Amino acid sequence: MMRRLRLNRHVTERLGFSFLTLMAVVTVVPIVAVVIYILVQGMPAISWEFLSGFPRDGMRAGGILPAIVGTFYLTIGTAVFSVPLGIAAAIYLSEYAADNALTRLIRIAIINLAGIPSVVYGLFGLGLFVLFLKFGTSILAASLTLSIMTLPVIISTAEEALRAVPQPFRTVSVSLGGTRWQGIQRIVLPQALPGILTGVILGLERAAGETAPILFTGAAFFLPRLPNSPFDATMALPYHLFVISTQVPEMPPQVQYGTALVLLVFVLGMNLIATTIRSRARARRQW
Amino acid sequence: MTDKIVIENLSLTYSDGVESLRNISMGVRENAVTVLFGPAGGGKSTLLRCLNRLNDLTEVRTSAGRILIDGENILDPKTDVIALRRKVGMVFARPVVLPMSIRQNLTYGLELAGEKRKSRLDEAVERSLKLAAIWDEIKDRLDDPAIALSGGQQQRVCLARVLALQPEIILLDEPTSGLDPISTGKVESALQELKKEYTVILVPHSVQQAARTADYAAFFLQGELVEYDEGKSIFTTPREKRTEDYVTGRFG
Ligand SMILES: Nc1ncnc2c1ncn2[C@@H]1O[C@H](COP(=O)(O)OP(=O)(O)OP(=O)(O)O)[C@@H](O)[C@H]1O
Ligand SMILES: [Mg+2]
Repeated sequence: MMRRLRLNRHVTERLGFSFLTLMAVVTVVPIVAVVIYILVQGMPAISWEFLSGFPRDGMRAGGILPAIVGTFYLTIGTAVFSVPLGIAAAIYLSEYAADNALTRLIRIAIINLAGIPSVVYGLFGLGLFVLFLKFGTSILAASLTLSIMTLPVIISTAEEALRAVPQPFRTVSVSLGGTRWQGIQRIVLPQALPGILTGVILGLERAAGETAPILFTGAAFFLPRLPNSPFDATMALPYHLFVISTQVPEMPPQVQYGTALVLLVFVLGMNLIATTIRSRARARRQW
Repeated sequence: MTDKIVIENLSLTYSDGVESLRNISMGVRENAVTVLFGPAGGGKSTLLRCLNRLNDLTEVRTSAGRILIDGENILDPKTDVIALRRKVGMVFARPVVLPMSIRQNLTYGLELAGEKRKSRLDEAVERSLKLAAIWDEIKDRLDDPAIALSGGQQQRVCLARVLALQPEIILLDEPTSGLDPISTGKVESALQELKKEYTVILVPHSVQQAARTADYAAFFLQGELVEYDEGKSIFTTPREKRTEDYVTGRFG
């Protein structure tokens, strides 16, 4: 009797375990499949000319340099606005703000901002930056729009990273004659930096891949040259992919997959950097 | 001998309405170990945190009274709290080493104060580690992460970190509560050395430790200072019944 019971329990455990493993595999398969599919389909398109040339023949041939450069500029532009602002807001929320109605409201707003569909940000950017502030359809307007979309991600991950730094460090710093800011600057921020960077990169990565927010605010259908000021419109990888997949007849599929592959590498590359930073920091952590 | 610290009618209520100190008046002697003891929640930590204004970080509803250090009321809003905290150092119950090397832990306070000269910093590291009786143990690994030390070593590094600032008063809140008897002994004997130069206020983690270390001892019960006397008498012939009950282990 006892034997059977024990055996059963053992078998159940085994079964449960196998089931969980299976589920884990099932979730990973589609992701891997997408990556492999894009890789296989896109690789033939990749050449030096594809990466460094301008589109030709109604974008059916030539390269995608303006879109690559454009996405790069938009990512930098987004970082310029959202990173300092996001980190400052996170420091305020985690280190200085009292827990009152106002800060609770701010937190709720941040969480909800993260849930707003990106096309709504696009419309907002059109209204505020393009039309009202008269930045026109430009890298500046698009970067600002992307920044607003990215801010909630940066603020909440950075705040979490700051809060994870043990409270006693702050108390000790103050007890040794430090101001609160000195403790933040010398201990809390350096300790939270890897977590903050991870959040920043994940936020920017999302911005780099978005089409809707830049659709009305900065993206150009086709430009025969590279943008040379923040007030120029620009081509961008996600929008270019949308254009060549839907707006151009007789498009060779390999150009589409090539473009998708470049975007994927750009985004996954950022992701890889974030992951590396995080695991390095974990290994070095002293608390 | 003079009173380094004079506490006059000190009362404090936290924002949740808990009255943690009730009309405390006492003087603290220079060059002596003064022990604050009593059961949990008596207000000992609260009193320590008043002495270096660390309670500024906590939500306090009301406080009244004065604390004079060298004749100056440090509860005055105009007090330079940064200077006060350099003069009144604090060691906490759980050793909290900062996430940096041993050396950087020791120079942290001095660097905050603007000291940049390497010779001065090195000098302070050696002097304070010797005072905290840990120099010989760790002098060859000063650039290792402080977290790699044992708990007892960490606590002495925390003590040294306070000493590096050359304070005048040292507050210790149950500094040996997590330590083994040998480490505890080392900290206690370091205190006996330190009192020659400093004013030491200790919250012990047991009555035995109170009795071992106290030149003067104050018994706190639920925010009240019940009895304050020389260590010799309070642990042998207490005047108050409540003190006697506690010292003899009949409660708490
Ligand atoms: N930050 C705080 N906010 C609210 N109440 C507090 C706070 N710190 C302490 N108290 C309360 O004040 C009273 C005195 O606490 P205190 O920590 O000073 O006691 P203690 O004598 O140090 O006790 P222990 O031996 O447990 O360390 C307790 O009732 C405690 O709950
Ligand atoms: Mg306490």
